[in-house]
Amino acid sequence: MREIEAESVRSIIAELAQEANFALRKDVLAALGAALKRETNVQARKILSAIIENADIANNDRLALCQDTGLPVVFVEIGQDVHISGGSLVRAINQGIQRGYTRGYLRNSIIKQPLFRGRPEFSPAIIHTEIISGEKLKLTVLPKGFGCENKSQVKMFNPTAGIEEIRKFIIGVVKNAGPDACPPFVVGVGIGGTQDYACLLAKKALLRKIVSRPSSITPCISRIEESLLKDINRLNIGPMGLGGKATCLGVTIETYPTHIAGLPVAVNISCHALRSARKVF
Amino acid sequence: MAIHAGDEIVYSGKLYTARDQAHKRLAEAITKGKKLPLDLKGKIIYYCGPTKTPKGAVIGSCGPTTSSRMDVFTPLLLKAGLKGMIGKGSRSQEVRLAIKKYKAVYYLTFAGCGALLARYVKKKRLVAYPELGPEAIYELEVSDFPLIVAIDAKGRSIYKGK
Repeated sequence: MREIEAESVRSIIAELAQEANFALRKDVLAALGAALKRETNVQARKILSAIIENADIANNDRLALCQDTGLPVVFVEIGQDVHISGGSLVRAINQGIQRGYTRGYLRNSIIKQPLFRGRPEFSPAIIHTEIISGEKLKLTVLPKGFGCENKSQVKMFNPTAGIEEIRKFIIGVVKNAGPDACPPFVVGVGIGGTQDYACLLAKKALLRKIVSRPSSITPCISRIEESLLKDINRLNIGPMGLGGKATCLGVTIETYPTHIAGLPVAVNISCHALRSARKVF
Repeated sequence: MAIHAGDEIVYSGKLYTARDQAHKRLAEAITKGKKLPLDLKGKIIYYCGPTKTPKGAVIGSCGPTTSSRMDVFTPLLLKAGLKGMIGKGSRSQEVRLAIKKYKAVYYLTFAGCGALLARYVKKKRLVAYPELGPEAIYELEVSDFPLIVAIDAKGRSIYKGK
């Protein structure tokens, strides 16, 4: 049994919240650089350059990449042989978010009551917990902006649906996100499980590096990712929806076993400011 | 000098931040004939809710939010004299026609670039609704703020088919 102090969780979460909001993920930055190299549309090039410059300024000035510092989504993978001492794990995570968002001068974007709104606050976070074997604690903070979250969708397909139908749906979700959700996007897709689980898979897909997938493991899925990326980048939505080749930086698909009667497909759209930070301890 | 949809310009002067909740309140006040906390005549609204202001800085990260969420309120604000809006993304047909009718302009600025845009803000002053936090109305004084004309006063749009 390994003991981990709640205070360690609090301080790690506070650091991760700031890290994620200030430093654009390296894989995303690399994909933006590659998109700029490929792009021929003059206005699109200018916008991509501004996005890259913004990432540089945010990192140097310790300023949020985007004013929408998101609804923080925290993924907790906790070993079954770990014991959290000195307080509740959930409280430690929310206090860590509160601390990180306050110290980082981030935005209080969360309202307590969705229907009656009220004064915006920094927390609580959305917390997804997974019990793993062993003694490790793995924490990931994904501040999810809502311009793109608003454009995410889920659809329950018939189990007999073909891959073309599913591709059409995914591309349709991207088209609908259009200029509003800050393209170039990263498109996370969850296929399988239940309706809620497909949504979680789609969100988790955004955590995967967008540049490469170990294609030896699931070559058929990575082929679908590649072909979707190609097709989406032919839509000519472009940066800010003003046209260009750079509509999408990456498509990542996660799958899970599902029921004989169904085929849930969820699409979680991320703006170009795809932020996440992770620590294993 | 007339500006056309697609033009890239820079703006120096005053902007007023307002997003969802501030729009709801302004629209309610207009409908009920109450006095507005801000005279909209000739003003430019920036759809923006900045982050907290770091010590020693003028403003935090301050990029545009999605404009279409303001569409239901916009024609009413235009009627009250609003002359410009800055945001990101497309607008409804109704908004485009109202922009034409009231000879206003809808601009875009670099979306998802709040850290970069903070550099163009020279002053910030609270105007109304402090209880809304980041959704309060602030007066911003900006210098050479980068804009792209998305819908011009003739109703021409940079977005195809809209």
